[in-house]
Amino acid sequence: MTTPGMDHLDALEAQSIYILREAFARLKKLALLWSLGKDSNVMIWLARKAFFGRVPFPAMHVDTGKKFPEMYAFRDQYSKEWDLDLILEYCPGIESVDPTLPPAARSAARKTEGLKLALAKHGFDGLIAGIRRDEEATRAKERVFSPRGLEGGWDVRDQPPEFWDQFNASPPPGSHLRIHPILHWTEADIWAYTKRENIPIIPLYLSQNGKRYRSLGDADITNPVQSSASNIDEILIELDGTKVPERAGRALDHETEDAFERLRVAGYL
Amino acid sequence: MNLVVPTPSPSSSLATPNGTTRPQVRIVIVGHVDHGKSTLVGRLLHETGSLPDGKLEMLKEVSARRGMPFEWSFLLDALQTERDQGITIDTTQISFRTHSRDVVLIDAPGHAEFLRNMITGASQADAAVLIIDALEGVRDQTRRHGYLLHLLGIKQVAVVVNKMDRVEFSEARFTEINDEISAHLIELGVTPTAVIPISARDGDGVAERTQNIAWYKGPTVVEALDALTPARPLDELPLRLPVQAIYKFDDRRIVAGRIESGQLKAGDEIVIMPAGKIAKIKTVEGWPVTPVSGPQSAGRSVGITLDRELFIERGDVIAHTDAAPRDTRRIQARIFWLHHQPLSVGANILVRLGTRETRANVVAIEKAVDPGELASVAAKSIARNHVGEITIALLHPVAADPYLDNPRTGRLVIEVDGRIAGGGLVMKIEGGQRGTVDIVPVESALRPEDRAARYRHNGAVLWFTGLPGAGKSTLAVALERRLFNRGGSPILLDGDTLRAGLNGDLGFSPKDRSENIRRLAEVATHLARNGHIAIVAAVSPSLEDRAAARRIADTLFREIYVATPAEICESRDPKGHYAKARAGTLKGFTGIGNDYQPPAASELTIDTATRPVAEAIDEIELMLAKSGVLIEDLVDLAANI
Repeated sequence: MTTPGMDHLDALEAQSIYILREAFARLKKLALLWSLGKDSNVMIWLARKAFFGRVPFPAMHVDTGKKFPEMYAFRDQYSKEWDLDLILEYCPGIESVDPTLPPAARSAARKTEGLKLALAKHGFDGLIAGIRRDEEATRAKERVFSPRGLEGGWDVRDQPPEFWDQFNASPPPGSHLRIHPILHWTEADIWAYTKRENIPIIPLYLSQNGKRYRSLGDADITNPVQSSASNIDEILIELDGTKVPERAGRALDHETEDAFERLRVAGYL
Repeated sequence: MNLVVPTPSPSSSLATPNGTTRPQVRIVIVGHVDHGKSTLVGRLLHETGSLPDGKLEMLKEVSARRGMPFEWSFLLDALQTERDQGITIDTTQISFRTHSRDVVLIDAPGHAEFLRNMITGASQADAAVLIIDALEGVRDQTRRHGYLLHLLGIKQVAVVVNKMDRVEFSEARFTEINDEISAHLIELGVTPTAVIPISARDGDGVAERTQNIAWYKGPTVVEALDALTPARPLDELPLRLPVQAIYKFDDRRIVAGRIESGQLKAGDEIVIMPAGKIAKIKTVEGWPVTPVSGPQSAGRSVGITLDRELFIERGDVIAHTDAAPRDTRRIQARIFWLHHQPLSVGANILVRLGTRETRANVVAIEKAVDPGELASVAAKSIARNHVGEITIALLHPVAADPYLDNPRTGRLVIEVDGRIAGGGLVMKIEGGQRGTVDIVPVESALRPEDRAARYRHNGAVLWFTGLPGAGKSTLAVALERRLFNRGGSPILLDGDTLRAGLNGDLGFSPKDRSENIRRLAEVATHLARNGHIAIVAAVSPSLEDRAAARRIADTLFREIYVATPAEICESRDPKGHYAKARAGTLKGFTGIGNDYQPPAASELTIDTATRPVAEAIDEIELMLAKSGVLIEDLVDLAANI
């Protein structure tokens, strides 16, 4: 909804704030999943706007232990600077996940296991996650408030209807909700907003020696793309012309056609 | 269909290069499947210069290569395919520009989806284009679509008579169709804004009045779209700020919410609805900069502080004092139903209107429509994917607007078992209390909560209806004992007993019987409002009288139909009435004729011929627990029955 005086980014921001406030009003025990990437940083920024400078729930980093050093440095600096109630949880070893998944998906599935353990430990009834519809085809089917089963699983076919910004916020006992406040944003929106609001970013997103990361995951399964974009303006220009999907550098998306969907059904973000 | 046609500037932007705002109209194109919808859309995109560069040439080339004639409808297919591959997934519309309007086309794949999309769409269509094939003329589906437009309250309809080339551009044929469809639409209360002869394939009448239709003097399709009246922009409507939460993170007490319509700024005098408390906006808070200066308009998520400490909670609506929404506990809504279990009269539901949630009861279903048939069906319940009109009684007052006044605060969703099960538009708000204004009722000093805490039940009217001898009094007395034993406050109102006193002036004419029921209902409701469970046992043979009783008791009403078969009732004949009636010595007796009208949708039905009394009482107790009368978890009891 846009009215005079509001631009595209204002409208996105207002919608995300509305979602965050609905989650905070209707759920008892919330946490925000902080992956340290550009999307979840925007999300934290939006939460600070929604709650007037203070994030009133913990930010949880489920750590695979295999992130880039720059990401850990970023986490340590900004969790203090932004006064976050930081929860660190660690993923179990690779032997704990489905051995039939392709290698990179197995690696990502560790994160799902880590999430499940964290959920069981803290008893959250809502997890705020920074996924976007334009990232990946199965995420396009997502709801803003998305119920998860006891095992964290996602039943694509049995999603309750969601319209008019009225959300299904009553998870059955023992299950939880994923809340997606930036589901309606695009990659370009994230960058344009990051620039406008002057939100700090990890330098890996900017070009060095002709390459940059468009999306940040575990260091061993994330590859940089060819790029000369050394600041956000150049990233936006680059995105305008590209036909390469954002997650092209994320190995797990490309192993088998259904690997990503299988991960999501099991509870991956 | 989810796609957006790239236009020189993004479709969400309404600004023209010189900074003025172009009015936006939202339209829907309806008509028989083969009458040329896609062709018209393709042609319109072309005629209004809304296609990306080279797209048309490319498609023509592809058609030529495949050895097939180019069709305008290919354009839509091609755009759809692009959409499937990627980017613009969350837009649900095609936009194009006429001379002075931005037109947003809401597309409609199938019937059920169509109706749901129409009602749930970001906002409803402002206007419709109804398309008719000149050769085939007005078909059943054309009429059904006319009815649909009526149902959705769309008042601006342009009719296009397509494929005029196939009737040699005959003025006589056009006039014939024009007369038929105009008569049909006018009967439905819709006057067409234009009826236009066109050939979408060749372009006649779309953007130009060609030689072929030289006899036609009216507007072209593009001109007709240009003349549509757009909906009022949200920020020009009265202020509505539904409260999401109150934050006290520091010494500020911030009222947070999103402005659904209108504008606000510091210093504004506001009223908090439904309570009607007045205050002034002290500041508009923000982050990282605060306070925020200047007016904030519809769409913004804001936080404000007030000049005084008032009780205010999530679900309240902030408005300007001179243009407040109504407060009501009774709403008429046009709804669509998505739950596998049909919605019935008496259903206990949860209603969400803005940020307010309240329990509610479906008091009446005025209309139920199957969108596949587009015909009204028996209005007892509304099935999945059907639409209808219902009256809802709300447990708590809400602030609301009719949908036609405010599309944002005039819509609600219905939840069943914690899941959204339907949605609807507020058609009518019934305000205030019944009765005359110069009677000022004296309120009890005790609050209903006080009594509920003591009795462990809320007030209710339990209405036992059934033939004489069916077992109403037996059940009523047994239930009274059961409720009393659990510490409750049941009060028995037996029809015959009250006829000896309060209703001693009444006989058995239909009029007197109605009055008898009305008094019973009024007394019972008074008791129920004061926290007691009023148990009414009365034959009450008339459906209409019982409906009146339900209206009086509203959400407190629970109907229990004692459905013991007539021959068993007669064989029991506890008061000897059946024998007297058979002998002809008792006039106006209900039972041996067929003047008893059984309920269609009672809360509970009990046949005492097959059910022992204790079991029947268990069942009633369970119903009372489930419908929120008894406060206590009776689920375990239910498992043991």
